Amino acid sequence: MLLSESAIGRTVRVALIDESPLKPKLIEMGIVSDRILKVLFRAPFGDPIAVQVGDSVLSLRRDEAGLIRVTEPDLATAS
Amino acid sequence: MKIALLGNPNTGKSSVFNSLTGLRQHISNFPGVTVEVKKGSLTHNGKTVEITDFPGTYSIYPRSLDEEIVYKVLADPRHTDYPDLAVVVADATNLERNLFLFTQIYDLGIPSILVLNMADVAERRGKIIDTQKIEARFPGTVIVQTNARIGLGMDRLKNAITAHSLQKPEQSFVDDFRFCPIDDANCQGEQATLRYERIHALLKEVESVREDAKYRSSALDRILVHPVWGYLIFAGILLVIFQFIFSFANYPMDLIDEGVTQLSTLLDASLPPGILTDLLVEGIVPGVGGIVIFVPQIALLFFFISLLEESGYLARVVFIMDRLMRPLGLNGKSVVPLMSSVACAIPGVMAARVIPDWKERLTTILVAPLMSCSARIPVYTLLIAMVIPERTVWGIFNLQGLVFFGLYFLGLFSALIVAFIIHKLMRSRSRSFLIMELPSYKLPRLRNVGLNVLEKVRLFVTGAGKIILAISIILWALAKFGPGDRMETATAELRASSEFRSLTPEQQKQHITSVKLENSYIGILGKGIEPVIRPLGYDWKIGIALITSFAAREVFVGSLATIYSVHDDGEENHGLIERMKRETFPDGTKVYSLATGVSLMVFYVYAMQCMATLAVVRRETRSWKWPVVQVAYLGVLAYLGSWISYMLLS
Repeated sequence: MLLSESAIGRTVRVALIDESPLKPKLIEMGIVSDRILKVLFRAPFGDPIAVQVGDSVLSLRRDEAGLIRVTEPDLATAS
Repeated sequence: MKIALLGNPNTGKSSVFNSLTGLRQHISNFPGVTVEVKKGSLTHNGKTVEITDFPGTYSIYPRSLDEEIVYKVLADPRHTDYPDLAVVVADATNLERNLFLFTQIYDLGIPSILVLNMADVAERRGKIIDTQKIEARFPGTVIVQTNARIGLGMDRLKNAITAHSLQKPEQSFVDDFRFCPIDDANCQGEQATLRYERIHALLKEVESVREDAKYRSSALDRILVHPVWGYLIFAGILLVIFQFIFSFANYPMDLIDEGVTQLSTLLDASLPPGILTDLLVEGIVPGVGGIVIFVPQIALLFFFISLLEESGYLARVVFIMDRLMRPLGLNGKSVVPLMSSVACAIPGVMAARVIPDWKERLTTILVAPLMSCSARIPVYTLLIAMVIPERTVWGIFNLQGLVFFGLYFLGLFSALIVAFIIHKLMRSRSRSFLIMELPSYKLPRLRNVGLNVLEKVRLFVTGAGKIILAISIILWALAKFGPGDRMETATAELRASSEFRSLTPEQQKQHITSVKLENSYIGILGKGIEPVIRPLGYDWKIGIALITSFAAREVFVGSLATIYSVHDDGEENHGLIERMKRETFPDGTKVYSLATGVSLMVFYVYAMQCMATLAVVRRETRSWKWPVVQVAYLGVLAYLGSWISYMLLS
């Protein structure tokens, strides 16, 4: 599943970031594998989206969020 | 000793800088980059150190122009600004991401102080940080806990700075640390992944987090990014800001205007007559006045923009505007430059630096002058008063006010259309993005806002001021002198006429000034361009006023007053308007008809008449190509627009 397809309020785990010139920027902002993300809210027209990464909130355009592959978090190990 | 102040955006870095240096700050240019940084000095315990406040950044690898400077300085130990000591401000409530930048700097082998700002807030939120363990992990690094917003821990920080051993870290935090080339995304990505692994491991040891300490979404966000309320609130805020700029800035502006006039009169009366006095009274003083007069509006606008920025709201504006701006080839971040351009395009063009994508940034810069700036207000006001009748339309609207609003709207609308055309014509060099932090809401610190306003005003006065002053002096010389004894001959002819003798001394003086201007170089220039501007409904006198507008657009009004030999009362312009209404072409038709008036208004909406803006665009785009493109496309728009309006209305 892609982060851009995740519903508001969903908590997901980062599986993989697709290769892109934006990849290092996304990693620097804290989006690394196994990271737990939460989709907080969307801008009007559904784009960009606001995602909680650790203690900060990031705005990501839909196509930027589309670079991030996510899975259901395993609740036992979620932190 | 050179100190670099570094840190993520929104960490309270500027509060730290302002607390350390107070008013001992100045803007400084870096060799090789066009970005200015703030520098300041700190004297403590008998030691004076120089502190450079670098732009907020998440990584040493730049993702936008204003971040580039951090890389350029830190990558080059021989750089004149290479720091002896780095003070890295970290937000203790978000240690993980803040440690990312800190450990990068540590790994570069720069002696450092880690400032854990808002440590008390973090503690209240249930985060306990073991600073001794962190210090043990980074030998040589000193950790200082502060709350810069309320000035807590600043003395400790000053002590730590002046007492630092400047010992370089010997071991890197990430085992196989490599300093990646600026364009090697793979290297940077790999290093970043490794670094976060190490940070996560470290945080498990040094930070304990209570379960309820997790971030909670703010209720404000539900309203401020709401599809309806979000835009309505933003529109409301804009309305309040512009109300302030347009109405309340008038009081200080009138005072400045009056002060300049009085100073000129005083100097004229007290200095011995001669060319130097003329230069001072007619060139330099009005030139400086023409710069200072914009200060109230620019200060007010930046007061509001900093207020919104400090509070965290501006990021939400970017968030809700991005989707609307993108189809036009702009970025959500273009909103601030375009808003600033309503006061003055110069800070607007400079504010575009925060846009990471070159194409979006260039587009923003190219259309910024289409936003009607404050220098156009006196021109619009004069022309509207002259050709638009004062009456009420549709029951509630004042027609003159409506036209005024219409001119602003025409500028904005054209800016968006032109942006769209540029978007379709130009190929993109890179992928645009909006990976941006939405900071938590904070009460703005007035001290930070005030210092920011001061900085912006200083940038305008020194940057634009020099050019406006230089052009004012050149234009003064062109108006003062004429070829051969042409001016003297014309004046003598005027004095000899019987009509002249029947005038009052005041009127005689005004007529002489007018005749001199007509026969000066600038008068000849005005007559020279008459065939070109005649189709727009202008005569050579308007031509002169157009040329003088290159110093600053509002000079148009003063020039017309000189040309028509009326006293420039600087405000209501009753005399000038009466005189202009009587002005006719040689064939007896009125010059200032509705058609010519509207044509001139349209001309001023479009024409790129501000040399200072052009100079700034050149500096910001590092090429003459873009200012030339700007002059050309705006010139074509101005000419065609005015010509069409003139044809339609005459």
